[in-house]
Amino acid sequence: MLRRAARKTALFVLAVFAVGCLWEAYKVIGPVDGGSVFGWKIIPKASDRAMPHTWDMIARLLEPENRSGGSPIAVTVAGYSWYTLRLAAVGLVIGGVVGIGLAVLMARWRIASRAILPWVIMSQTVPLIALAPQVVSWSGKIEIFGWEWPRWASVCALAAFLSFFPVAVGTLKGLTSVPAAPLELMETYAVPWRVTLVKLRFPAAVPFIIPSLKLAATLSVVGVIVAEISTGIRGGIGRAVLSYQQASTGDAEKIYSAVFGAAALGLALFGSVVLLEVIVNRNRPREATS
Amino acid sequence: MTAVVLDSVSMSFNPGTNREVNALDGIDLSIAEGEFVSLIGPSGCGKSTLLRLVANLVEPTEGRILVNGTSAEQARRDHTYGMAFQQAGLFDWRSVRRNVELPLELAGWDRGRRRERAEEMLALVKLDDFAEHMPWQLSGGMQQRVAIARALATRPPLLLMDEPFGALDEMTREHMQAELLRIREATGSTIVFVTHSIPEAVYLSDRVVVMSPRPGRITRIVDIALTGDRDDDTREDQAFFAGITEVRESLRAVEGYHSHGGVDDR
Ligand SMILES: Nc1ncnc2c1ncn2[C@@H]1O[C@H](COP(=O)(O)OP(=O)(O)O)[C@@H](O)[C@H]1O
Ligand SMILES: [Mg+2]
Repeated sequence: MLRRAARKTALFVLAVFAVGCLWEAYKVIGPVDGGSVFGWKIIPKASDRAMPHTWDMIARLLEPENRSGGSPIAVTVAGYSWYTLRLAAVGLVIGGVVGIGLAVLMARWRIASRAILPWVIMSQTVPLIALAPQVVSWSGKIEIFGWEWPRWASVCALAAFLSFFPVAVGTLKGLTSVPAAPLELMETYAVPWRVTLVKLRFPAAVPFIIPSLKLAATLSVVGVIVAEISTGIRGGIGRAVLSYQQASTGDAEKIYSAVFGAAALGLALFGSVVLLEVIVNRNRPREATS
Repeated sequence: MTAVVLDSVSMSFNPGTNREVNALDGIDLSIAEGEFVSLIGPSGCGKSTLLRLVANLVEPTEGRILVNGTSAEQARRDHTYGMAFQQAGLFDWRSVRRNVELPLELAGWDRGRRRERAEEMLALVKLDDFAEHMPWQLSGGMQQRVAIARALATRPPLLLMDEPFGALDEMTREHMQAELLRIREATGSTIVFVTHSIPEAVYLSDRVVVMSPRPGRITRIVDIALTGDRDDDTREDQAFFAGITEVRESLRAVEGYHSHGGVDDR
């Protein structure tokens, strides 16, 4: 188990390094001002402004946000990432609970499945950007038992809106693909459906639920960042990307600091799901783990 | 008290539709307490369906079924039978011991008693050293023994087994047959056992029920007159061969036996 983890980590580091090498290689051979194919400007510019050197980007991380002083930008960005990570985590948890809940309803009653599934699928065709301002406008309008709906809750709701989908679909698949034999065994015990759910269907669905949660984790991060950007909420990495972009003249490396922050928080949330996977799979056969 | 009574039982799947299958027709059978009865016949003759009727996993279209003196449904609710299938069907995420504990857990036993009984059952199937192993770390034969321990965990008076050794190799299979008889000796359970193998049926049973397909009927019941303990010598006994010959001839008489070819002559 540990050796596999070490190998995976080494592979990851290697992959990051390879991307860095490709980046630098392109800067050597690519046209500084970009280029066109059949009149389409699709060949990226290799200029230092568009594609700063990897080492410059890393060095920039250690300089302060406004070059005038203060803590390194890496620390500032880490703060933004931490804010966004918490929102994304809440979004993932809500999305996970809602997704699993819907899947249980659909697995229990075929009617529920027919009534709910089309809506679940349709929900994902609504563009998040169109939805975001509506949901953010809830703050100040909604009050639940004296709890006023804050703006960050809207961001979480949008993240949950994206992340519940794979969880609902994956869990439903898992709950309904339990082989007939163990189901029949549970039937011989004359137990109610919910006992079969807890003792058999859920554990059997884990190999389906975990990958769906991995997908949901990345979607939740995307959801939070898009919501932050499209609603202009402060404090998170989405806002940082936006403001660094506006103020980036002559400081292209700065944008990439925010991009690194976003990537790191995506990895962190994904990593927490992997951790969960390792814990629940510790006693399972290899086939189910990989 | 009789362990199982089937009284003019018939069973059709999807009755009244064009996909109707008349799986069993006019089954009369009664099984005494402590008896070992095997069901044999070409595949599709309704052996599994008969067992599932006794287990109350399907309802008969006609007739009456009594299990341990109550209706089949009541017997299921009271956990008065245990069942084992061809696939051991152990839960991958539970240790061997916790698999055996499953029926006890569902019957609301507390932890201590559960554990004690599970360990007792694992000792009975000679797997006490493997209690904390995971099922996928065991061989097929060992997994099947865990499934038997699980079926016996609540000490049900009746054990229903649907080709439990069907997926095992011949050596393991003979070993498991001897083990099953030893376990039966220790528990005194009534056993209804579905099999494809004639020697297996003869070696294990007090009576062998020979069935024919479409619709499933009982064509003959062969009494096995093996004297003394059944052990490896039994397999070379004259009475053993006589039993095999008798079951085989009953099966030959079954229409469609050759075209189905579902029974092993081994
Ligand atoms: N769920 C079911 N629906 C419809 N037909 C079934 C079902 N289960 C079994 N059958 C049919 O009932 C007959 C008896 O099946 P089964 O009891 O499984 O036979 P056996 O165990 O002797 O091979 C077969 O013709 C089979 O196709
Ligand atoms: Mg069968």
